[in-house]
Amino acid sequence: MIHTSLQKRNSDLAQSNRQLEFLSNGIFKNGDLPTFKSKLSETAQFPLKAKKLEILQINVGYMCNQVCAHCHVDAGPDRKEIMTRDTMLQCLDVIKNTGAHTLDLTGGAPEMNPDFRWFVEEAAKAGIKDFIVRSNLTIIRANKKYHDLPQFFKKHNVHVISSMPHWTQGKTDKQRGDGVFAKSIQALKDLNAIGYGIPGSGLRLDLVYNPSGAFLPGNQDALQRDFKKALLDDFNIQFHNLFAITNLPIARFLDYLIASENYEDYMYNLVEAYNPSAVSNVMCTNTLSVSWDGYLFDCDFNQMLELPVNSKVKHISEYNEDLLENREIVISQHCYGCTAGAGSSCQGSVI
Amino acid sequence: MQKTYYDPADLKKFSKISEWNETLGEKFFDYYGKVFEEGALSEREKSLIALAVSHTVQCPYCIDAYTGDALQRGITKEEMMEALHVSAAIRGGASLVHGVQMMNKVNKLEM
Ligand code: SF4
Ligand code: SF4
Repeated sequence: MIHTSLQKRNSDLAQSNRQLEFLSNGIFKNGDLPTFKSKLSETAQFPLKAKKLEILQINVGYMCNQVCAHCHVDAGPDRKEIMTRDTMLQCLDVIKNTGAHTLDLTGGAPEMNPDFRWFVEEAAKAGIKDFIVRSNLTIIRANKKYHDLPQFFKKHNVHVISSMPHWTQGKTDKQRGDGVFAKSIQALKDLNAIGYGIPGSGLRLDLVYNPSGAFLPGNQDALQRDFKKALLDDFNIQFHNLFAITNLPIARFLDYLIASENYEDYMYNLVEAYNPSAVSNVMCTNTLSVSWDGYLFDCDFNQMLELPVNSKVKHISEYNEDLLENREIVISQHCYGCTAGAGSSCQGSVI
Repeated sequence: MQKTYYDPADLKKFSKISEWNETLGEKFFDYYGKVFEEGALSEREKSLIALAVSHTVQCPYCIDAYTGDALQRGITKEEMMEALHVSAAIRGGASLVHGVQMMNKVNKLEM
């Protein structure tokens, strides 16, 4: 298990341009991989255009208490990038003035941002319909100061979406670190205890599953059934929905793919599973991603690859709905991850 | 001619089998598809059976395909190995149970 970020290790792949180089030029022994652009063109879906903004995803920092092997953010305790209150204020301005129905806070572990609670309190006042916090669960148990997070979430009617790679300890700990499974189970129990995940409580708790290795996720409904049964039988834990997400070949997952010599096969698998009907629902078409320093991206993946939005508007402080709508989405080979099989987004499969 | 009998890339060409006999090929793939649909047994259970049988018939293509399929379904390696032991036990048992025939024969022939 690796305990530091690529950045801390001074890895080549900590540089986004190095990752993009890999994705574009690859190391393919069996000929070139078709470009994502050419695939879109086959069904007249290029260029991919942004529709109306529905989801504002804000990444409040790359700091995390975990160092998961697959992390596309390259997050970890050694990452210091954190959103300031000033940038949060700029985000709040936008939240109040757009018609976006969903606010999605992510990281890193968003709870580790010192202004996280303040931001949640302020944002909750804006009356957003679906207010999501992406919690890695273990943060709730990491330190006394986080133990009351479930109550805090409840107070502001936050929709909690938590990552949980598997219902067994072995698979979970291998991907996310020793002891993560036990702490996650305890955190889920804490959340259940105050109503999160319990049918009819109105306190939404969804789990995110992503494969613990170089393979694609199976059928989301079947996985949800198995997760629900195992967590209920073994730990008496309940939750609402399971979102199955495909690992995108960037940052630490890309590093893993290359080191384990799975990169080439994985890319072929993604291309083979390319599903043109998933394209119209990829999340970048109705989402904007804001980085810790306020810059705008089509999605969290593009943010990590430092591919900014293709618009005059580059920063949240210059937000302009008219200029951003209908913009051309910036794509590259990693986008195959969103269109493989049933498709993949922050809310799981898209078809 | 390639120097090995098995090439992993050939697995992807399986459907081409229909090219030389469309009727039978299609019938086979229709049947195959139906067999693996959810029925009295779940797709997950069927995947584990397929994995175990792949080892019994020692088909490298099927082992490759159903190991991947099991991973996608969230099946753990412990479950996979147990399924394999079931197939190995049946295989071993099948040899051994014929020992009764041997014993019968010996008992009949020996004074
Ligand atoms: S995957 Fe999530 S929990 Fe794991 S290191 Fe990345 S941000 Fe943290
Ligand atoms: S990676 Fe981002 S830009 Fe590419 S398809 Fe997925 S959401 Fe859209």
